Amino acid sequence: MGKVKVVTPGLFSTIQDLGRFGYAKYGVPFGGAMDRTSFTLANALLGNHENDACIEWVYQPPILQFSEPTVVCLTGARTTGFLNEKEISMNRQLRVNKNDVLTINFCKNGQYGYVGIKGGFQSEVVLNSRSFFKEITSKESLQKGDEIMYTPVKTFTDSFSVLSTKLFIPNTETLQVYKGPEFDSLTPEQKEFLIHHSFTISGMANRMAIQLNEVLPNSLPSLLTSPVLPGTVQLTPSGRLIVLMRDSQTTGGYPRVLQLNISSIDVMAQKRTHEKVKFEIKDLLL
Amino acid sequence: MRYRLKYKPYAEDAILIEWPPEIDENILQDILIFQEKIKTQYNKVIIEVVSAYNSLLVYYLSAIEDFYDKISGLKALYNSNTVPLQKKQKVWKLPVCYSPHLAPDLISFSKTKALSIDDIISLHTAPQYTVYFLGFLPGFLYLGGLPQTLHFIRKKTPAPIVERGAVAIGGNQTGIYPVDSPGGWHVIGKCPLNLFDAHQEIPSRVCPSDRVQFVSISASQYTEIRTKVLNKNYFPEPEELSWGK
Repeated sequence: MGKVKVVTPGLFSTIQDLGRFGYAKYGVPFGGAMDRTSFTLANALLGNHENDACIEWVYQPPILQFSEPTVVCLTGARTTGFLNEKEISMNRQLRVNKNDVLTINFCKNGQYGYVGIKGGFQSEVVLNSRSFFKEITSKESLQKGDEIMYTPVKTFTDSFSVLSTKLFIPNTETLQVYKGPEFDSLTPEQKEFLIHHSFTISGMANRMAIQLNEVLPNSLPSLLTSPVLPGTVQLTPSGRLIVLMRDSQTTGGYPRVLQLNISSIDVMAQKRTHEKVKFEIKDLLL
Repeated sequence: MRYRLKYKPYAEDAILIEWPPEIDENILQDILIFQEKIKTQYNKVIIEVVSAYNSLLVYYLSAIEDFYDKISGLKALYNSNTVPLQKKQKVWKLPVCYSPHLAPDLISFSKTKALSIDDIISLHTAPQYTVYFLGFLPGFLYLGGLPQTLHFIRKKTPAPIVERGAVAIGGNQTGIYPVDSPGGWHVIGKCPLNLFDAHQEIPSRVCPSDRVQFVSISASQYTEIRTKVLNKNYFPEPEELSWGK
């Protein structure tokens, strides 16, 4: 087996696949890659299975050293990478030789990036997934000196594939949303506010949820605890909105006023503190 | 009993089904029966069906093309003949040590509520609580049936760490923290068992519609049981009752 060694771990790097499904009834979050579009692109570029595990980093990437030859790729937040100090491109296959060191700069925009590897990283599988989660996997994030197994690539072919797709998540302010189950309990003024205001990403943002700064006048009662999903926008008693992300709890008691569509969850994941978003309501029943 | 349900498109790949907003055992049974029917009927096209007090979220493998068609299918399924749940009623007797050494908020709870620790123990261990669903944290049980005398508003500022096993009260609810977590509930006891084990295919032994009763144990019994849990993965077997008893 090959081993990738974590030389420095970066800010908060984890192993992620598509997530942990079938266990929400036990209160286990779905988890999985924050920006699923960029994660999927990494596996597609490598000809991997769609659920193969990648390393996910946020803002400050890790430095990695590979013990055996393989093929890797970088996707997600726009950045510059170096293989043994030689500059490399994002969004393409990169051949890695024995003992090569991969360094990635701080990202220029967006914040979540992915390192994919041919065949996927072979970290432990717990409840059918390799996605790191506190109290489920033995680690919450990668630490200096950690080693993750992978299957080395023995023979390189010079074949390549071309993907006809957008390589980066669009940095749009507009998030497409559906009305949440409690949307209709909002007053006309609250609805107006939701549709016409811009909202600012606060510093309270992680894999579980992203809080927005603006305060909506709110007198809605909380509800009986009910199911929620990644992309659910909750209105808290303080009047602030919280957008639930991949590691969110499976149930919640705050009114669910909006639901991000599938691709807007990935757009939201790449938003940094102080960036703005606007909600554009679409109808699911068209 | 049949309820008037609301069906709401929730996301491209999810439909929410709602019962009247009440905490009620008849609603719980109706939800679990419908959940079972959906799992059987739509096994190949759904990821899972998540239940809570008065709702089910049906989460599909791929985007739903025709919500009207899916919802009318679900409505017909709800109204189809119902086979009662086959499983027996399980009652889990869960040991709890109500000692100020293991329960950081027990003394302040006792003072503020003007109840002696013995009163708290006898009130808290009296009911058979109903498990409504699991959520909030991996393995966290939402229990119904906390005596009114023990209701207590949550802390204004949550504690940064509530330890695994903490038995706590928040508002009109009581529960056990299955893993370390920040939390705003008042910790009145500690349970030596692991309620959640990610390395088992079924990570929580206790399931919705089961009953839970707390049993007061001493500090030395706590240590003894905790050792068995750590060394032998110990978990007590439930008592099984036939329905309707």
